Amino acid sequence: MLNGYTILDLSNRVGWLAGRLLADLGADVIRVEAPGVSIAGADWQAYHVNKRLLRLDIQTVDGKRNFDQLIPDVDILIDSAQPGDAFAQHLDWARLKQLNPRLIKVSVTPFGCEGPRAGWLASDIELMAAGGAMSLAGEPDGAPMRVTVPQSYGWAGAQAAVGALTAAVHRTATGIGQHVDVSAQAAVILASSHAAAFWDMDGKNPTRCGAYLTGRSMKGARYRAFWPCSDGHLNFMLYGGPAGRRTNTQLVAWMRELNSPLGVLENIDWKRFDPKLATQDEVDELERPIANFFLGLTKRKFLDEASRREMLGYPVSTMADIAADPQLEARDFWYDLKGSVGHQQRHCGSFAIVDGVRPPLRHAPGEEVNIDRLLVELKTDSTSGNA
Amino acid sequence: MLATFGATVVHVESRSRPDGFRAEYPPYKDGKPGLDRGGCFAIFNDSKYAVTLDLKNESGVDMAKRLIGWADIVIENMRPEVMSRLGLGYEAARELNPGVVMISSCNMGQTGPRAYTPGFGSQLSALAGFCGLTGSMEGPPQLLYGPYIDFIASSLGAAAVLAGLDRQRRIGQGALIDLAQYESGLMFVASALFDYHKIGAVAERAGNSDPNAAPHDAYPCRAGGWLVLSCWSDNEFGRLADMLGQPGLAADPCFATMEARKINEKDLSALISQWSLSQDAEEAATSLQTARVHAYPVNTIADLFRDPQLLYRHVWRRRRHEVIGDLACYFSSFDLSEVPGDVTGAAPLLGEHNLMVFQDFLGVSDDEYAEYQAKGAFD
Repeated sequence: MLNGYTILDLSNRVGWLAGRLLADLGADVIRVEAPGVSIAGADWQAYHVNKRLLRLDIQTVDGKRNFDQLIPDVDILIDSAQPGDAFAQHLDWARLKQLNPRLIKVSVTPFGCEGPRAGWLASDIELMAAGGAMSLAGEPDGAPMRVTVPQSYGWAGAQAAVGALTAAVHRTATGIGQHVDVSAQAAVILASSHAAAFWDMDGKNPTRCGAYLTGRSMKGARYRAFWPCSDGHLNFMLYGGPAGRRTNTQLVAWMRELNSPLGVLENIDWKRFDPKLATQDEVDELERPIANFFLGLTKRKFLDEASRREMLGYPVSTMADIAADPQLEARDFWYDLKGSVGHQQRHCGSFAIVDGVRPPLRHAPGEEVNIDRLLVELKTDSTSGNA
Repeated sequence: MLATFGATVVHVESRSRPDGFRAEYPPYKDGKPGLDRGGCFAIFNDSKYAVTLDLKNESGVDMAKRLIGWADIVIENMRPEVMSRLGLGYEAARELNPGVVMISSCNMGQTGPRAYTPGFGSQLSALAGFCGLTGSMEGPPQLLYGPYIDFIASSLGAAAVLAGLDRQRRIGQGALIDLAQYESGLMFVASALFDYHKIGAVAERAGNSDPNAAPHDAYPCRAGGWLVLSCWSDNEFGRLADMLGQPGLAADPCFATMEARKINEKDLSALISQWSLSQDAEEAATSLQTARVHAYPVNTIADLFRDPQLLYRHVWRRRRHEVIGDLACYFSSFDLSEVPGDVTGAAPLLGEHNLMVFQDFLGVSDDEYAEYQAKGAFD
């Protein structure tokens, strides 16, 4: 859909996903790295697939000149310069706007371009803390936790793509470019769902609840969310309401078919079951036979059978489980291509199916284009009137 | 996201089946559940209009078709084929509006063996790997707050429909976007999946540690506060050691190099915790940042309303909700220099804008409106 758009990606790790998403939507994304910078890491490879690589040292006089030659034909520039960075002045929006009034400059930084903490240092753990997400994860009496695989960069990059395209729609209507200022800290707040409403409306400060769900029983009972199974854990909860009714009824039917002891489940009328009214002793009694039943299941068996019975609940997947999931295979989610040293690589494919087709990944990570060729290409494209 | 930056967004529900977020989840105004009393619905739906249409009623479907004819973008997340069965699928929509951009976003996507499996985002976050990657190595997986993955899919979905809209504005062509919430989530763990496919490495939860930094953790502070800090080089650790009042640590063979610090990470954490327990998290983070050390207080949800950087960016904007009253609305993670966004109003009441949307936007006359109303179209 974005065929004809040329994007220059100078961002650091906080903004990498933005260019990847725009590339998946059809844009020609050029990733800029100084000569010698390693591109071997999994992060680099996964988030720069579908982009081309331009080796250019933008700190040198020649590099700066080449960069300025590119700008008039670039539609979107993504960078992560913070106040005080060596190259920040050269990326000054007022200066770039002179070179290309149609340019959309997307700044993806930890805290945004201005403000009292705009220059603060932050990696993923500081951003997950600053955006409130860590306060909501971990055991109630333990330390706040982050997700081990960095998430704040995902939130920032995804929001940067939304910002870039909001600006693109405006530019298509008016011909005017603009500066999009993305704060990763503010993006992480999206991960906290409706937690802010509890503080705002009730003065209650939501906190982490570990592996159990609390706050559903008026008698203070907590409900188990994660259950050991034969090869890992399952995520299953005793819900009430219509969704819970179906799930719980199906679970008991399944247990009965396999002659698994039902205990108190035998006599529960799920139409009348209300999680709000249960005491901890009652919840424990309900959960005991379920825990025993789940111990005999594999994650895959639970996934297949719960899906067939239209029950709520999923296994806690590892990367290996996800890689083997037939649902993803059936939807051609994975995309194989040859990496820069010739080995076959498997990547997450484009994130959406558009008009019935998952757009193929066009470039292996690290597929290079040199500056002279790129300048010629862009001049040709701009005279043919793309984007 | 679209409404904040100027789009006219109409949220379609029915009186017999209102949006589940309206009443199923707290908090509620004065603790009393009610369709227009829920903060959970309110926080996600500011700046929108709300209408009711009964899609089990022919006249309701009729009016929905007129809405589709008027709209640029149609967003739906019902189970696959439900829209088509109602006569509102993409093919029908295209007849009504050749340039329409439609996004269908359910748990698993529109195709595949589990396309029809229902599911909640909170549990889908487990299937997509997030819960298994959270917590200490020895302990169980951990819950993430709310339907974590839903907001990833919303962000990626917004990007996709904007790309479709831009193409429509340039060349007139519409688009059908099939976005699986599951697949959207996987984009946030793409490097871990790449590593698995490449070398068979299965990423595991590792508490707060990071392979490339030490220290890298959350530390308890005075009055129940917490502080995170991380050091990514020996020089940065030297600056931290100065701040701890123990400059000798930088030369101590147990901590002098990243390798040594990784081996002795537990001892290092104990040393830092000893110091941090007497510190105010906010003051300590400010001092550490002045010394160029990565640090931030662990903001609680309440802290998000007083964080100086978020205040500077006006991330929370108070608007008046008809029933709940004065309400904090989340603005945006980004702002635009030429067309700044805004929260244009608090979330709408159920069916609040029926008259405005159907009469002013669609041009339905008084008589026609009354006729549709009599047939139950707006129930």
